[in-house]
Amino acid sequence: MANRNIINFLGKKIINISNHVGKATQLFEATIRCMFTAPAELKSVLNQISEVGIRSLGVILLSSLFTGMVFSFHMCYVTNLWLGSPALAGLGISVAMLKELGPMITGLVLAGRVGAQISAELGTMKVTEQIDALYTLGTNPVKYLYVPRFIACMIAVPLLTMYAGVIGIFGGFLVSAQKFKVPSSVFWNEIIEYVQVGDVAHGVIKAFFFGLIIVTVSCYRGLDCRGGAEGVGKATTSAVVISMILILISDYFLTTILMTIGIGVE
Amino acid sequence: MIKIRDLHKSFGDNHVLRGVNLDIVDGETITIIGGSGEGKTVLLKTIMGLVRPDEGMVQINGIDIAGLKEKRLEPIQGKFGMLFQGAALFDSLTVGENVAFGLHYLKDMPEEDIRVKVSRMLEMVGLDGIENLKPDELSGGMKKRVSLARAIARDPEYILYDEPSTGLDPIMADVINELIIHLQGELKITSIAVTHDMISAYKISNRIAMLYKGRIEEVGTPRDIKRTKNPVVKQFITGSSKGPIKVQG
Ligand SMILES: Nc1ncnc2c1ncn2[C@@H]1O[C@H](COP(=O)(O)OP(=O)(O)OP(=O)(O)O)[C@@H](O)[C@H]1O
Ligand SMILES: [Mg+2]
Repeated sequence: MANRNIINFLGKKIINISNHVGKATQLFEATIRCMFTAPAELKSVLNQISEVGIRSLGVILLSSLFTGMVFSFHMCYVTNLWLGSPALAGLGISVAMLKELGPMITGLVLAGRVGAQISAELGTMKVTEQIDALYTLGTNPVKYLYVPRFIACMIAVPLLTMYAGVIGIFGGFLVSAQKFKVPSSVFWNEIIEYVQVGDVAHGVIKAFFFGLIIVTVSCYRGLDCRGGAEGVGKATTSAVVISMILILISDYFLTTILMTIGIGVE
Repeated sequence: MIKIRDLHKSFGDNHVLRGVNLDIVDGETITIIGGSGEGKTVLLKTIMGLVRPDEGMVQINGIDIAGLKEKRLEPIQGKFGMLFQGAALFDSLTVGENVAFGLHYLKDMPEEDIRVKVSRMLEMVGLDGIENLKPDELSGGMKKRVSLARAIARDPEYILYDEPSTGLDPIMADVINELIIHLQGELKITSIAVTHDMISAYKISNRIAMLYKGRIEEVGTPRDIKRTKNPVVKQFITGSSKGPIKVQG
């Protein structure tokens, strides 16, 4: 009997999740189709880029700066402990920031900031019938709401990732130079000598997928929302949580795939 | 001409529409009455394809829109204007931009004409000169009227009014009633209204239909409805808590 209930429960969950995945995929497909058949207005795309990108500069600055600093701390501390002097700070930090921490921090911060904003905004529009109103006024919500956000995320998330990487390396440099007295020429020379375009590409490609996850999940949760203020709250929370989890999980698989095909291989 | 046949719609276990049959003749104003949560809004939205029915037919000028692809549906939706129950104004845009919204997508309309049209529409609903206000600066009644201005700006063939007079004072409600009558008389717009307000139902309608338990319980002219023998309709129009309609909770 108990088994039956569990199977029942799991079955319902799986159907439910497949249903959501299917509908989110449909939304994604409609977006791609819409992007090519009915170009979005430049003005709203720029608007969204400023919303997603420019307004995230500060929070990403802080989070990647301190991440770079703490990473540098550990790196220098451990190498100092075992090798007698801090080593490979420049290379270690830049590879970590460019390939992993930069995209990850950008993804997670934007999942919180942008994901919440998009899902709350679209969710409110949904529950107040503004989405329905768009249809009645001859406007397709996918084109008017989703496409500009989609394009903005696709552009802004990779750019912010590069920015996060650079800031993080700089933070790492500060700590290695100030606290562990690594000469700056050593730090930067390592980077110039060993860091490759592939490392940057590795991070940027991952960021591209993280952007895709954030915008698709949050738009879908917003447009799927119902039930007043409570529904908007739920949609927002779930958009953020689902985006974060998907980013963390997909990160591993993307890394594996990219390394297998040789992007970012040292 | 709108033909609705055996229309069903469920949300999960909630079977809202259970076989609605209704014909709406061009040029008439028909009012749908019914209790809260009976599915009046769902019916309106199904008529213009915002909600997809599970079963049945909604035929608009001879085209069944029930299973129509989005691309084919859009031009048909373009024939409709809708006044939403909660006004549904775009809160990031000004009143003027809201009213102009649907006009920007009519390709051959120059900016200047749009501006003139917007101010004419606002004047028509008694709100001239508020183009630059934001929706959150308006009262509930003003929002409704702006929403109406936005709906009629596109010169629709059909207008759907979802509770046009709810939340308005009796005088303002009557202004809206007059406007609906005017739109029908002057512009020959076919109107479908949903309301709880029997005074305005009697005033604006050529016919009244009552939605009860997911079906149309009775259709008739206001005279027929006032003299109905049907106990359900009778209870509803007289607003009595005693009768076949059970109040839940
Ligand atoms: N998108 C939806 N998803 C799930 N249930 C819905 C949805 N839209 C409406 N419903 C349900 O359908 C039923 C009918 O809702 P509807 O809004 O049509 O009622 P109504 O007759 O317009 O009521 P009111 O007079 O209060 O506006 C309600 O039980 C509602 O919860
Ligand atoms: Mg309603």
